[in-house]
Amino acid sequence: MKLRRRDVVKELLRDRKDLLVVAGLGSTAWDITAAGDSPLSFPMWGAMGQAAMIGLGLALAQPKRRVLVITGDGEMLMGLGALATIGVQQPPNLTVVVIDNERYGETGMQRTHTAHGVDLAAVASACKFKRAITVTAELEPLRELVYRAPGPSFAAVKVADEKLPLVLPPHDGVLLKVRFRRALLGESADVLPEER
Amino acid sequence: MQPDWSAEVHRELVAAGVRVVGYVPDAGHKRLIELCQADTNMRAVPLTTEEEGIGLAAGAWLGGEKTVLLMQSSGVGNLINVLGMVQVCRFPLLIIVTMRGEQGEFNPWQVPMGQTTARVLETMGVAVRQAGEPQTVAPHVHTALRLAFEAHGAEAVLISQQVIGIKSFQEQANQ
Repeated sequence: MKLRRRDVVKELLRDRKDLLVVAGLGSTAWDITAAGDSPLSFPMWGAMGQAAMIGLGLALAQPKRRVLVITGDGEMLMGLGALATIGVQQPPNLTVVVIDNERYGETGMQRTHTAHGVDLAAVASACKFKRAITVTAELEPLRELVYRAPGPSFAAVKVADEKLPLVLPPHDGVLLKVRFRRALLGESADVLPEER
Repeated sequence: MQPDWSAEVHRELVAAGVRVVGYVPDAGHKRLIELCQADTNMRAVPLTTEEEGIGLAAGAWLGGEKTVLLMQSSGVGNLINVLGMVQVCRFPLLIIVTMRGEQGEFNPWQVPMGQTTARVLETMGVAVRQAGEPQTVAPHVHTALRLAFEAHGAEAVLISQQVIGIKSFQEQANQ
């Protein structure tokens, strides 16, 4: 019995407290929204390949907060270099979770490289991630990575290649940015640097 | 004596509170990169490709920190699609670009992207300032920093090959 992506993401975000979340475009953005939209989530609608790098920027800027990137295998494959860049920076508060259905889900379910045996956890491990695992059943190790373990951590979660109803987050980029900064930084998000 | 534009730009970045510097190396940026690496208040982040810098800068801004990106003109071509996110989210952005493919270029493969760098940036909504003399680099950076972080602008400062002055492979190898 294969894991189902919405169950995985819901379990990951259960009782998320002050976790900061970035989701790659497409299915993973819908998945985090199905689990419950939050101002401290940044669902992407474009910039394919950049989810992990946004996570890195956020993790460096907010070293006391845990940062989780949830993205798809196609999105991760487009920016594999980010794993090397993260490996060099070694942010202890960053976890990248790839929801790996081995398909490009938004474009007709074409097979991605992971369907042909490309091993993303092995790439992350070779890029000096502290922990890099492939998950096919048990989710508890995943929560350990996201909420407790010193990172950078990586997990590829193998899931069924199912088409699910869309659950769309807000799509206005300025709104997504502003609500995130306000929720994280408070009133100082809205004032000019010299007014602070 | 030539003004030390790299040190002047570094001082501008410090004054503006820039804490993250993403870069893909270029010979023209060598000294500025070294100054940023040596600055304990800055995180210098080497990138495998320039577009990673856009994600880095966006993420750092979401977290409340300012980022500046350093790259060569050829790398600007790698940014095109992800600059869409900068536009649609109005992320502040400052890219400092050292130019290739201009006067004194020895490698013809650098010419096509060098000659279209400003147009590519402008087409994707990034305002361009061109520094043709060493003493104009820091003032352009000063203005661009204000526009980026106080007016949520997307800004690029292009540093002419004339300022950098690299003429041959041999001179570059000896740098």
